Amino acid sequence: MRRVRAWLRGDERPPGPFRPEFWRSPLRGPWLTSVFGLVLLVGISIMALTGLLSYAAYNPRLPGNDITPERGLLGFYLFDWPTDPVWLYRLNQGVHVILGLTLVPVLLAKLWSVIPRLFSWPPARSPAQLLERASLLLLVGGAVFQFVTGILNIQLFYVFPFSFYPAHLYGAWIFLAALAAHVVLKLPRVITALRSRGFRQELRTGLRDTRPEPPDPDGLVPVAPAAPTMSRRGALAFVGGGSLTVFGLSVGQTLDGPLRGTALLAPHGRTYGPGPNDFQVNKTAASLGIGAAETGPGWRLALTGPRPVRLSRADLLALPSHTHRLPIACVEGWSTEQEWTGVRLADLARLAGAEDGTGVFVRSLQRGGVFSHASLSARQVADPRSMLALRVNGADLSLDHGFPARIIVPGAPGVHNTKWVRELDFRSFS
Amino acid sequence: MTRRERWARRWATTYGAGPGHLLTLAVCLAVAGYAATRVLAAGIWVGFLLWFVGAVILHDLVLLPLYSFADTAVQSRSRPPAPPPGTPPAGRWPPPVNFVRVPAALSGLLLLVWFPVILRASEHEYREATGLSTIPYLGRWLLVTVLFFAASGLLYALRLRAARRTSR
Repeated sequence: MRRVRAWLRGDERPPGPFRPEFWRSPLRGPWLTSVFGLVLLVGISIMALTGLLSYAAYNPRLPGNDITPERGLLGFYLFDWPTDPVWLYRLNQGVHVILGLTLVPVLLAKLWSVIPRLFSWPPARSPAQLLERASLLLLVGGAVFQFVTGILNIQLFYVFPFSFYPAHLYGAWIFLAALAAHVVLKLPRVITALRSRGFRQELRTGLRDTRPEPPDPDGLVPVAPAAPTMSRRGALAFVGGGSLTVFGLSVGQTLDGPLRGTALLAPHGRTYGPGPNDFQVNKTAASLGIGAAETGPGWRLALTGPRPVRLSRADLLALPSHTHRLPIACVEGWSTEQEWTGVRLADLARLAGAEDGTGVFVRSLQRGGVFSHASLSARQVADPRSMLALRVNGADLSLDHGFPARIIVPGAPGVHNTKWVRELDFRSFS
Repeated sequence: MTRRERWARRWATTYGAGPGHLLTLAVCLAVAGYAATRVLAAGIWVGFLLWFVGAVILHDLVLLPLYSFADTAVQSRSRPPAPPPGTPPAGRWPPPVNFVRVPAALSGLLLLVWFPVILRASEHEYREATGLSTIPYLGRWLLVTVLFFAASGLLYALRLRAARRTSR
């Protein structure tokens, strides 16, 4: 009892991890932590940028597009998403997801390198320390939360009790706020630490010459180091090798051609066969209850506007058609480029009597679900490559790829390329 | 001592750091706090909070201790064989621990990242979405794991031979 009181007063440390001699790795120290920290800083800055851009790519200010309507001030930067270059969203999302996966080992290594700090005793000696530790809870919680929700989401493992979109967006802002503060507070220490040892010198130092870093005020360097089993360059190569492994086994899902097969463990790098419709499916018709009954000869496309029109698939095929190679890029990071043939959205808008500068609200046969509809901006409708696609790679669309007709818009997120279109409602969104 | 210095000293002793420290953290907490009100407005705060705090606990108090213990176990079982007489002392000999540790860690990393498809936890959603099964992933992961260990074993054998040759 007296001992517990001594622990609480901070006169004595509780046993185990609260004692500095518990942590024995001779590699822990400010230099190694700073190297990992710097890599993460660069990587996470790119993740933040691509993540925030991805939100803008949904054009959330248009009706029905916003999955986080309560965003408030956090949508301050939104802008009209361009259709040029056509690979913009493909690149953005590929980088966001693949880089996130690649950073997993670095994040783990960084957290490993600072774990003794979690058990520093007493937990806080001043209000400043208390406040900083609270921000570290947001930092570590935010980092792990963002990585975990992202990684589970791309594998369609929806075990979290919330919608992915608001959680990942607001979680990002909490994490980034804590990260910015952490960088401001730690940057001087990082610079000192990085200057304390030459990077090249470290790469030339083998196991035999590996010594602990000199004692540091933060207590990262062990007071009772064990004999090293790995050099510092070995540790860097180990973490880098982990990153390379994850990268190499997933980057293929953003590529076309033979390299796609290298995505052995990525969830959307699969092959379906050699046919014109054998590319990645993101939502099957069967899972949404869409079958031959609604998509057969009785299907009609409704064009809503000043001059409402109803068109059969034969009517659409008789209209002037255009062919473009355009990518489909999913928010989950995979993408593929295919050759689409169909009718320009701008031509259909004119057919419905819509004036120039109107957007379109697209409705799918799919009932319910967040993406059973999407709004496309005036800029997206006006792009001559935006189309209602009827065919792909010279063949009719398969049912899983949106037969009888689907939207293809250059540079738009995959889910805005609505499948099984039943209505194009041309309206002005301004 | 000027009045300003006195004030600065009193601030430092009560707060424990300079005013810039407080300002930085106040901005951080204000932005994070605002984002938290958005979580509240989205009506998901209970699950969000649970997962947020759970993430820290899961990493710091479960995952990290687990792999640390596993690593200690590997280390204690793979003490290097006594070096042949005449070889330089520890450090020169390839410590076998890394030849187990590295492939095991890489394999564990892949499992950590991809367990929903490897262990088929997301089979239902995956089939609904892609029309395919997650069955192949377990085999692929095992194949990659076997390759890692095989490469590591080969490398160890080569190092061992080189070490024996130089000791002769």
